[in-house]
Amino acid sequence: MTYKENHVTTANYPDLLAGLTEIVDEICGSETAGKVALDATFDSELQIDSLTMVEIVVACEERFGVRIPDEALEQLKTVGDAVQFIANAGVAA
Amino acid sequence: MTGSPVAVTGLGAVTPLGPDVAALWDGLLSGRSGVRLLDDPAFADSPVRLAATCDIDGRLDRVEARVLDRVQQLALLAAREAWADAGTPDVDPERVAVVIGSGIGGAQTILGQYDVLREGGARRVSPHLIPMLMPNGPAATVGLALKARAGVHTPVSACASGAEALALALDLLRAGRADVVIAGGAESCVHPLPIAGFAQMRALSTRHDEPEAASRPYDKARDGFVLGEGAGILVLETEEHARARGARVHGRLAGAGIASDAHHVTAPDPSGNGAARSITLALRDAGLSATDVGSINAHATSTPLGDVAEAEAFRIALGDARPPVTATKSCTGHLLGAAGAVEALTAVLTVRESLVPAIRNLDDPDDAVDLDVVRMTPRAHAHDAALSTSFGFGGHDVSLVVTR
Repeated sequence: MTYKENHVTTANYPDLLAGLTEIVDEICGSETAGKVALDATFDSELQIDSLTMVEIVVACEERFGVRIPDEALEQLKTVGDAVQFIANAGVAA
Repeated sequence: MTGSPVAVTGLGAVTPLGPDVAALWDGLLSGRSGVRLLDDPAFADSPVRLAATCDIDGRLDRVEARVLDRVQQLALLAAREAWADAGTPDVDPERVAVVIGSGIGGAQTILGQYDVLREGGARRVSPHLIPMLMPNGPAATVGLALKARAGVHTPVSACASGAEALALALDLLRAGRADVVIAGGAESCVHPLPIAGFAQMRALSTRHDEPEAASRPYDKARDGFVLGEGAGILVLETEEHARARGARVHGRLAGAGIASDAHHVTAPDPSGNGAARSITLALRDAGLSATDVGSINAHATSTPLGDVAEAEAFRIALGDARPPVTATKSCTGHLLGAAGAVEALTAVLTVRESLVPAIRNLDDPDDAVDLDVVRMTPRAHAHDAALSTSFGFGGHDVSLVVTR
């Protein structure tokens, strides 16, 4: 999956991005939340460690009513990946 | 065998008497009590609703605090104060060690997350649960924050943990394994379950009508200890290292003695032999004799049995020497794994300031305790060495000697 494809897909879901940004703000603080962008990587750019990533996943599951299995989590490198996964899982924006 | 003393160059404390060392010392000298009635609904059915708690609201960044158990937060705040007090020394991280004891560890996290598990299932449990509950959490938190790479250690010996941490720190410095050690203890378990457990042991005071009078070591009317929370941290350095960097020295940790009762898991050995041996060993380690002890910061928890057993230990170890005795827990409550560190820190201040704080609530001294107790007002008393004793469930006996 390329960044470009991500971008095209997730642009349709601004509410998802806003929701995810709120989750990152709650868990990681405003400095990290300020760096949230579709192409931002969770590990190197947002500096979110693996434990915190689990917290974010659980928070997303609760907020958006989806299930993000561990196998899928491994594929979610960028914020855009996560937004797209949640969108594809059937969430109305 | 006598060992060399090490310098105490930094002090930090978060206690029920206030946010820092200055508040602790001021509270002890003015005889304030940190004990209060627990009015949170969670304690409504608790057989004991007394505790000495700390106010740390807003002192840590929200994001930083949410992945730290309260015991880790207390340790971190005290360590930051101690490190700043030491002048934020520029030391090779590979020569800095941490030794912070805790009796119980992240009790509030483990208990709170068990509620989450039962109510929401395993997937709701925090991924930070394990690093927040582990007893080495406070030491690990401080080691990370202050970049200590010479080893991070956690003695766990109930109410002797903080004192044992200082004894281990002394060993590390003497053995040349570090130049600087950030050492002490931290505890936070004011929660209905630990309180119920201590209450079932009949170890806690139930003086609900007078919370501030509940912790009364050596008083005839004492009826148990008051659970407290807090942290005490000391920055210790080899004399050479402290001198080389021109550090301000508060005093010295000159000796430590460790023994064990092998008598009963919780009851003190009434003979006082284990406790006495720890005192004798600490004095020998410091190269001092009984008559050199200028004051005692006693463990003195305010339990009917413990205070008497400890007094007997002083008689065995010190003979006719009768130095003035103070009991920090009369003001702070019993800080469990933090107690030994906070009290050793207080002993350092006692020697430095030539002032022995009075024991609060000691209205009617127990005849079974033949000690020169300091009561009513602090006693001006120039002296060069103080003894601090700590004992813990498990039969742990730890004595420390601090000098000018």
